[in-house]
Amino acid sequence: MSTATATTPSLTHGDAHHGGPQGGLSHFLSTYVFSKDHKVIGLQFLFSTLLWFLVGGLLALAVRWQVAWPWSDVPVLGKLFAQQGGQMAPEFYTMLFTMHATVMIFLVIIPILAGAFGNFLIPLMIGADDMAFPTLNMLSYWFMWPAFFAFGASFFVEGGAASGGWTSYPTLSTNVASSPSSGWGQTLWLVGLTFVGVSSMLGSVNYMTTIILMRAPGMTMFRLPMTIWAMFITAVLQAFALPVLTAAGFMQLFDRTLGTGFFSPEGNIVNNAVPGAGGGQPLLWQHLFWFYSHPAVYIMILPAMGMVSDILTVFARKPLFGYRPMVYSIAGIAGLGFIVWGHHMFMSGMNPALGITFMVSTMMIALPSAVKTFNWLGTLWGGRIEFTTSMLFAISFVSMFIIGGLSGIFMAATPVDIFIHDTYFIVAHFHYVLFAGTAMGVWAGIYFWFPKMFGRTMNEFWGKVHFFLTFIFLNGTFFTMHILGAVGFPRRLADAYHYETFHHLQPLNAFMTYCAIGMVASQVIFAANFIYSMFWGPKAGRNPWNANTLEWTAPSPPGHGNFDFQPVVHRGPYEYSVPGVDKDHLMQTDPPNEAAARAAAAAH
Amino acid sequence: MNSRIAGIFWALLFLLVPILGVAVFAVAPAYDHWLPKNVAAHGPSIDGLFYFILALTGVVFIVTELLLFWFMWKYDASQARGPATYVQGSHTLELVWTIIPAATLLFIAIYQMNAWADVKMRRPRMSPTVEVVARQFEWRLRYPGRDGTLGTPDDLFLVNDLHVPMDEDVLIQLKSMDVLHSFFLPNLRIKQDAVPGMKIPVWFKATETGSYDIVCAELCGWGHYKMKGRITIESREDFNRWLDEQYAKQEATQPEAAAGAAAD
Repeated sequence: MSTATATTPSLTHGDAHHGGPQGGLSHFLSTYVFSKDHKVIGLQFLFSTLLWFLVGGLLALAVRWQVAWPWSDVPVLGKLFAQQGGQMAPEFYTMLFTMHATVMIFLVIIPILAGAFGNFLIPLMIGADDMAFPTLNMLSYWFMWPAFFAFGASFFVEGGAASGGWTSYPTLSTNVASSPSSGWGQTLWLVGLTFVGVSSMLGSVNYMTTIILMRAPGMTMFRLPMTIWAMFITAVLQAFALPVLTAAGFMQLFDRTLGTGFFSPEGNIVNNAVPGAGGGQPLLWQHLFWFYSHPAVYIMILPAMGMVSDILTVFARKPLFGYRPMVYSIAGIAGLGFIVWGHHMFMSGMNPALGITFMVSTMMIALPSAVKTFNWLGTLWGGRIEFTTSMLFAISFVSMFIIGGLSGIFMAATPVDIFIHDTYFIVAHFHYVLFAGTAMGVWAGIYFWFPKMFGRTMNEFWGKVHFFLTFIFLNGTFFTMHILGAVGFPRRLADAYHYETFHHLQPLNAFMTYCAIGMVASQVIFAANFIYSMFWGPKAGRNPWNANTLEWTAPSPPGHGNFDFQPVVHRGPYEYSVPGVDKDHLMQTDPPNEAAARAAAAAH
Repeated sequence: MNSRIAGIFWALLFLLVPILGVAVFAVAPAYDHWLPKNVAAHGPSIDGLFYFILALTGVVFIVTELLLFWFMWKYDASQARGPATYVQGSHTLELVWTIIPAATLLFIAIYQMNAWADVKMRRPRMSPTVEVVARQFEWRLRYPGRDGTLGTPDDLFLVNDLHVPMDEDVLIQLKSMDVLHSFFLPNLRIKQDAVPGMKIPVWFKATETGSYDIVCAELCGWGHYKMKGRITIESREDFNRWLDEQYAKQEATQPEAAAGAAAD
């Protein structure tokens, strides 16, 4: 078992895996619970986030129920809040969508991409035996638990969980008198957010260090698979953006608990309560919040883009079209991502001249996204496409990202945004990016790397059924939201049908809710397939997909230390169907091949 | 499963995306699931821009989704005769598909600036027609009264029932007493957040008489959904008559209002 990488002998830490006590319980704890092995931590993240995915999905269904049939008795769940006679109270509804977004963003998407896939894949794909800082890595997982508890407990405190929207805008969120659940619920929300931030920060420091210092011999930066490039740039984004959110979170916590007035102006009277000290500005929070949360949008999509890029090449049996432009466009998205946050604030009362600046930078950030899409199409062109479940999810990522990307241009155009801001048009947009995009990318990744995670493959037939149903229902749910948005149907309203403008939209909303129910129900197939395959699926060899990257040279699943021999890298990750080579893929570790070298030189 | 039939099935599934996508947008207006009737002078420039972007993104959407379908159909492994094409990329293509979108996006960016400036930056030089103060969960209105000046003892106070004259610039001074709200007039293509501690000007010119919704578009608490008002657009004569009636009514019901005690 290799415990040292040839490039960085100073960073070895093999003892961490072997030095612990070997006896019963403490051995179990150090291996499976407080493990410092990146693969175990990755799977811990995966299981936790998938469970929260279920919670977030059920919250979404409850939201959809109220939007489709306001004030009607809620089936099953209705008994849990019987004091309203089975109906949903409006404050309960605001709590539902707040916690749906909070759970999905902070407990599912960010940790499943960076925490689960980042942890599992980074050392394996760069040829390292583990992360640079295994203890920090372990802590990055365990710091999620205070967040799980804070968010989870907030449902049960007086007034319920946070209900100021996931954006938590003051003064609704800072003034305790402003809503029934603005008491402990909101405070716990801020505490949870801080711990998620600590976890992300520990992770991103680790990822950057590992990718820079612990690559296998021969693994230059421009031989890294796109997944790793995406994880690397995501880590940089997190490291630079997160401190701002953390600081803002503390300021809001102080406003709520210590009576400071960072975000409340003088004489701000909410609900006839005594005004606080004042002297603050509600817009300050929005600037600080979006300074993090806009880059966070890219934190939530870039890793999926990277994984999809890799999966497309494997199942098209073709090199990635335009590797370097793909790397540069990710970097471009990340760079521009820091100067577009104001597009969330076009209607906020921010100086409209400043809005023009943000509008121009926002238009420009569509460019690298377009370049990526064209390169994905170029990758499929002339390929030999194998329609595996993983590939279907990856192709649907491209198809759906086109919709999500294009709809963004409507909101970027400030005059159009006047009408569609805070309507279902934006709800459609970010669900196309985050659900139809990222979640589909995550499924592509799960079906693809499942054999490496558990040594067994998932059932392809049921995988395709899962894909088909999810694909149909997600479009039924989310595409129609564009139409609601075109009518101006506002988001976050417990009941909008008493408005003359919106009263005729109930049937469409009911249709969407049926689709949403179907979408969540389809996930039962996924859960069953996942659990069954973990224990009883057909055994996978080291490289079931004939892929090129380093993780496929390791055993499935890899033991401690990952590789049974030190991988040495001779080429980039995408040498598929190389002319003059007898097999259709050349792994990164395959010995140098003259025909391949000639072909590569000719292709450039 | 890797048969030709499976390949055709999956390709056709993805062909549904552009077909149904276009169909939904084509059918929606016929069922009145579309932009509500516009009654603002600046509305056509916003709606025009919406249609312009819809056409542009629509073309890109159709072309890229059709390419995706076509590649799935044509390059299905089950009917491939040889290996995949070994190609690492194309410098020319990268340039083409960088420069053309860049130019298009820059054009949209510049093209729309004027419309934005008209609605949000070129404020008419006049004193406010009415002050709108948002609070949980109602729109409090304050008309200048007979002296034409806000903040004087004869101001007229109303709730949720906004009247404005047609064919004239209307300037609203937007404030919030408690939390964020957003003053959304779907038919007038107006939206502006109301922010505690700020006085934000909002202006428009209505082109037709009628009565329309005022919606709160920024989450403001549990009663957010019911923070509903009405805006009535009427001719100058009707508007003046209405103002007089309201003024008389206010004086009759609460004579102290004139003393300005309720002003703040």
